[in-house]
Amino acid sequence: MPTIAPVDVDGFVVRAGFLKDCVFFASGEGDIVFSGQGERTERPHKAGLLAAEPVRDGAGLITSGDDGRVFLSDGDGSCECLAERPRKWIDLVAAGPSGAIAFASGRTAWVRFPDGREKEFSNDTAVGGLAFAPKGMRLAVSHYDGATLYWAGTDGAPVKLTWKGAHLGVSFSPDGKYLVTAMQENALHGWRLSDGQDMRMTGYPGKVKSFSWSAKGRYLATSGANAAILWPFFGKTGPMGQSPLQLGARGDALVTAVACHPVEDVAAVGYQDGMIMMCRFEDNAEVLLRRPGNGPVSSLDWDGDGTRLAFGTEAGEAGIVSLQD
Amino acid sequence: MTAAQDAPAQIPVTVLTGYLGAGKTTLLNRILTENHGQRYAVIVNEFGEVGIDNDLLVESDEEIFEMNNGCICCTVRGDLIRTVQNLMKRRNAFDAIIVETTGVADPAPVAQTFFMDDDVRAKARLDAVVAVVDARHVLKRLEDTEEAEDQVAFADVILINKTDLVSEQQLAEVEARIRSINPYAVLHRSERCGIDIAKVLDRGAFDLDRILSLDPHFLQHGHHADECGPDCDHDHDHHHHGHDHDHECGPDCDHDHHHHHHHDDPHSVKSISLKAGDLDPNMFFPWINQITQVQGPNILRMKGILAFKGDPQRYVIQGVHMIVEGDHQRDWKEDEPRESRLVFIGRDLNWDVLRDSFQACAAE
Repeated sequence: MPTIAPVDVDGFVVRAGFLKDCVFFASGEGDIVFSGQGERTERPHKAGLLAAEPVRDGAGLITSGDDGRVFLSDGDGSCECLAERPRKWIDLVAAGPSGAIAFASGRTAWVRFPDGREKEFSNDTAVGGLAFAPKGMRLAVSHYDGATLYWAGTDGAPVKLTWKGAHLGVSFSPDGKYLVTAMQENALHGWRLSDGQDMRMTGYPGKVKSFSWSAKGRYLATSGANAAILWPFFGKTGPMGQSPLQLGARGDALVTAVACHPVEDVAAVGYQDGMIMMCRFEDNAEVLLRRPGNGPVSSLDWDGDGTRLAFGTEAGEAGIVSLQD
Repeated sequence: MTAAQDAPAQIPVTVLTGYLGAGKTTLLNRILTENHGQRYAVIVNEFGEVGIDNDLLVESDEEIFEMNNGCICCTVRGDLIRTVQNLMKRRNAFDAIIVETTGVADPAPVAQTFFMDDDVRAKARLDAVVAVVDARHVLKRLEDTEEAEDQVAFADVILINKTDLVSEQQLAEVEARIRSINPYAVLHRSERCGIDIAKVLDRGAFDLDRILSLDPHFLQHGHHADECGPDCDHDHDHHHHGHDHDHECGPDCDHDHHHHHHHDDPHSVKSISLKAGDLDPNMFFPWINQITQVQGPNILRMKGILAFKGDPQRYVIQGVHMIVEGDHQRDWKEDEPRESRLVFIGRDLNWDVLRDSFQACAAE
């Protein structure tokens, strides 16, 4: 039976997840709770915290806030200020290869290289989302009417991908073949990067705010409907002409967060009312992980081997679900 | 655990519009410094020369998103959606939101954001659009620019500021002109934005439950005496001068007849008040849908209190461009005449067609 260890967090849980040696819960009110051998709370930002993302090797957590700062916290008490843009709200961060990070505020995105150098990428419209490609120093910036791919390490010409509308969150498929964005009007858009082929994935009653690639990148699981919607990305044409899987369908609540298991074809699905289920792709078998609570599930993430799930809600409820006793 | 569930469901949002120099920042600072115990999150377009003294202050580049639904007036402010979402991560840090727009901003996308974006709508509600105008310059602005007219037409509350810098006659002209565009807004006069903050905040102007009457406000003698107690010390000293335009319009007036030179002016915003007895809902709803679909881009604001045949309840309706919201409000009172009243404020509307087709919705 799964067991839940609750963790006290004050405020909207912006991001919950795992570093190498501990679990973290980053709250919009500014606290970051690290739970490992013991529990420790850090508060690097002067006021609110807007975004958080673990670095790729799991050695630390990047956070950004409305104080215009980006911090790297390791969970053992060290918080290093990596960048500062006075008076800007930095609400997007992404983790890149070998310690590189990207962050954005308004129309500008920046990449900070491991040696501390920074490079600026200006756009005509606000940055909606940031993502590094799985390999190489390649950054995707989504914005109004499309997305732009930059080779951050060189001065090569950026690649522009266009599609009318406002593009928000952005993600590369793990094999680097596709780029997917969530749009303002309750749809996903995708591009096959080899030839720029467009893909429309529509039918959502709400905005897609959470996406997660399944093991080996076979499916892209998404929130925004009354079930987790999983688009198939195997085969030559990806999701084109295919029906998505619908997991954990409920009549009374929308899915607000999804996290695919790192190994098995299973996804954790979090709902508007705080409930969390685990659903198997093959037969839609469901296991209840958490009963409804006080607020929508805002973040879900598995540890590396898929035995523990960190969760947080907008109402400040948080915890760790363990699948093994 | 936090007490987030104790917080009110939707945060009230006040939008401040007005031309550069009219006094928006002065009003904002008055609101922020008044001792009211409220904590505001303030969204400004740019940090101006006049400082704004507030903990939670965010600069936001106005960014218009067109929706991919083929509707040219269905625009929202992308930056506002994002800022509201970011603010909600610190839900316990403030009680209300104030949005200050640039002088040339179109207020419609700001308002529509609170109706068209589901996430924003779930967390925040538009309380009122407050326009600050400079008594010295507003007439010229209204002649020169569509934006100034839009701001006046769109407003629920209009603060005519810098009244100490014009004569009483000039002020009367300003009021008459503003009334000709928007007879339904509450008008206040101020010097250096000195006004009782309660007249600006918590207006519930988009709240269907608070649509109580649709009388043009200038017909109320005493200028909103309903809002001031006898001890009230604000701008009453001007009021007795303001009444000389009352006789120019009757209750059925569509407020364009003393501005004939505007008739051929493409910028000209007008209002119309339609009246009928009981309506046939099977006629009215298709009609209002069609009107807002076809004429939506030209409709700035719309409000109505309607009586449907056989329905004991008042039906209230309000809209912005193509967005229409309606609901039953309460039973008609015994002493209340069952009357349907619908007002439109817009530009280039086909007024005669509007009037005739509305009459065709009357119940047999």
